[in-house]
Amino acid sequence: MVKKLLWQLGPLVALFIIMLFFSIADNVWGEGFFLSARNLRVISNSAALIAVPAFGMTLIIISGGIDLSAGTALTLCGTTLALSLKNGDPVESGLLLMVLVGCLCGLANGLVISATKVVPFIVTLGTMSIFLGIGQIASGESTVYAPKENIPDWLSLCYTGRNVDEYLIPKIPTSVLLAGAMGLGVAVMMRYTVFGRNVFAIGSSESTARLCGIHVPFTMVAVYTIAGFFIATGGLLYFADVKNGNPSDGTGKELEIIAAVVLGGGSLSGGRGSIFGTMVGALIITSIRSGCSQLSIPNTYTHIIIGCIIIVAVIVDQLRHGSPEWFFRLFRK
Amino acid sequence: MASKQDTNGGKSGSGSMGTDFLDAYSLIPQSMSSSRSSCLLTMSSISKSFGPTQALSSVSLAVQSGEVLALIGENGAGKSTLLKVLSGAHRPDSGTMSIENQPYRPRGPQDARAAGVAMIYQELNLAPDLSVEDNLLLGHRNIGAGFLVRSRQREQVQEALNMVGLSTLSPTANVGQQSVATQQLLEISRALISKANIILFDEPTSSLPQKDVRRLFEIIQRLKTQGFGLVYISHFLEEVRAVADGYNVLRDGHNVGEGRIDHVTDDQIVSMMVGRDVANLFPTVPHTPGEPWVDIDRLKGDSLPHEVSISLRRGEIFGVSGLVGAGRTELLRTIFGLDPTEHGVIQIDGKSVSQSVRAKMRAGFGMLSEDRKQEGLAQDLSLIENTTLGNMGKYTTLGMINLRARNNAAQELMTKVEVKAFSGSQQVSELSGGNQQKVAIARILHQEAEILLMDEPTKGIDVGTKAEIYRMMGSLAAEGKTIVFVSSYLPELLAVCDRIGVMSRGEMRAIRDVEDWTEDEIMATAMALETSPTP
Repeated sequence: MVKKLLWQLGPLVALFIIMLFFSIADNVWGEGFFLSARNLRVISNSAALIAVPAFGMTLIIISGGIDLSAGTALTLCGTTLALSLKNGDPVESGLLLMVLVGCLCGLANGLVISATKVVPFIVTLGTMSIFLGIGQIASGESTVYAPKENIPDWLSLCYTGRNVDEYLIPKIPTSVLLAGAMGLGVAVMMRYTVFGRNVFAIGSSESTARLCGIHVPFTMVAVYTIAGFFIATGGLLYFADVKNGNPSDGTGKELEIIAAVVLGGGSLSGGRGSIFGTMVGALIITSIRSGCSQLSIPNTYTHIIIGCIIIVAVIVDQLRHGSPEWFFRLFRK
Repeated sequence: MASKQDTNGGKSGSGSMGTDFLDAYSLIPQSMSSSRSSCLLTMSSISKSFGPTQALSSVSLAVQSGEVLALIGENGAGKSTLLKVLSGAHRPDSGTMSIENQPYRPRGPQDARAAGVAMIYQELNLAPDLSVEDNLLLGHRNIGAGFLVRSRQREQVQEALNMVGLSTLSPTANVGQQSVATQQLLEISRALISKANIILFDEPTSSLPQKDVRRLFEIIQRLKTQGFGLVYISHFLEEVRAVADGYNVLRDGHNVGEGRIDHVTDDQIVSMMVGRDVANLFPTVPHTPGEPWVDIDRLKGDSLPHEVSISLRRGEIFGVSGLVGAGRTELLRTIFGLDPTEHGVIQIDGKSVSQSVRAKMRAGFGMLSEDRKQEGLAQDLSLIENTTLGNMGKYTTLGMINLRARNNAAQELMTKVEVKAFSGSQQVSELSGGNQQKVAIARILHQEAEILLMDEPTKGIDVGTKAEIYRMMGSLAAEGKTIVFVSSYLPELLAVCDRIGVMSRGEMRAIRDVEDWTEDEIMATAMALETSPTP
């Protein structure tokens, strides 16, 4: 039982080691800002931007699927909000429209996957491109700038603010609060509701789920639609960050989101993953990025480091859960 | 026991394969044809432990060439560990092995193959998308500079196919489209082509229909006369009697008995296996079938079954027999709503039930899948999760599951079906086959099913656990539940059921009380239409 708990905390241990490494390295070679409150806020802020859509991705990955369209769907949502604010619509209707677009994107994915039985990888590869196209048509193939006076203060404070005391709770970024609250909500849903347990069952073995009378197509559509809601909320944070909407910003974001889930212990073969792990996974990515920039390591190298960390994390995860033959062969003479 | 009759048929039957087989002498290992009945393989004092569990303690085993040795034991007795030691997957903690008096210390499957040891596993290990010849030549060394020389090798492939009686199979045919029986024969020919002289069969008949079992036995007999050393693992004692010369019984990782198979009785072997006298291999619990209440009327699925009508009574165990492909599994799946119904009605107490699985479950149906690993259980999930899956609603208030209530209920059921496990939060995949099956049974009990559709519930399960499952079925029937019991193992059907229906080519050929059936009659009915051409 204790061992099991320690395994659950695996990603957290990794995060701790990474933080420790960068704070020491930063003290030796950098300027010692890594552990400053300001930098920690930056790290958690950008982690929230990854984590919120990654909660949806966690659901999808637990159910045995994948969503490659998450990135472009996210910027499509952000662009929708930007367009609506540019038109001078009330912010509430903009938000509603944005959430609607996100859920529709998820619904479309879910319906096509359930109805056609084409693997999620292919379906979302297609919709990734479709959502990008729709976004470009809507934005007229250019970045949509919302005039400053149309953006309410609370909205821009969702991401960063010059004055940290203006946050909903002073000194704690609203994005982090949002991510924490939403994460708690999904975690409870995954553990304590029949729907949540059914998602695990489907990811572990779809035929078993069917045998147990679980309505598999309905559950899958629901999973993708709920994920769409989280992606829309991610779109909100994205807009709050850049204050504009550019549909092509999203390409590549889906990989970051998937990486957070995988670093947090999610298994791409389904049935395994945790919301808490995903939060930690997002923090791992952003603290590496921040640490590298503190140490003035060029961006190109940061990509390589993050890539390596992802692969190592998955290998470690395999070691924890199973036994890859090659590893144990090393110890056999 | 009546069961001996049909399995003995394997020895007497000889088809056109005989001549093909004699032509194929060049694949027979040279050393063996010269010195027959020398000790081919010896394993002495093999011990192996995994952490605190002693899987094998000082186990010895010897196989002569030209001998079939039956390795017998319950699940968890150490048979698979012994095989894994032999194939190089595990290294023994102590003990030695030798092949033809040469020390044998395999480090992996490649070493085993080089030493002439081949395994035919329960689950087939063929690449379904490749052709027959590509499969046979996989991993085979005889290739020129990395290129396949098909013309030269086709001869060899043909020879190996002839030896297992597949002379008519095209080497370019796709393996995935062949029947399970053919695929198994292909595995044997792959062993032959890799010049194996020790062939291990791990429960080879568990997925074969009767007529293919006979064919397999004929081939085993032939390999034996050619001087191969064969190890045969099976739960079926009649089978063991039909093919084996010697036996070696394992229990809890110890040798508990060995000798010539004709010198012991079934009861003696069983008591060696379970360490106690099993008065009755098929314990029954007295129960009296009541009134008919489930009425299945001319049920037809997509292709199978074809217009099957059954009327089931309360407190009844209804057996379904038939050959593989007769539509038994499809019948259960159609009844349960997993396969689509073309037409036909199912009524419970006069009320018809709609098609979906959920409707069937609400009406009281529960189903145990034949495919325990893939479909029956979610292997990554815990025992508790698996037990309660599909009926968690009863612990839910305002959408939230009361985990404690759920866990307690699951624990209680697992005690009832006597699952042996450390804890309920253990992953199902860590349990033995018999215990997994008990978890699957616990689940349909948790669903509070009244009509239990059980597809091969004792497949791949040891004798002791089988007896427990029969007893459980009996007491469920005594509680008034209805059980539909599909099985390929005639002795258990005849021993446990109240009525048996025999299927053939998708139709229910005959339903009679169990007293009115004999094993021969069931087989005859099952094969009635087998000779007519397939549509």
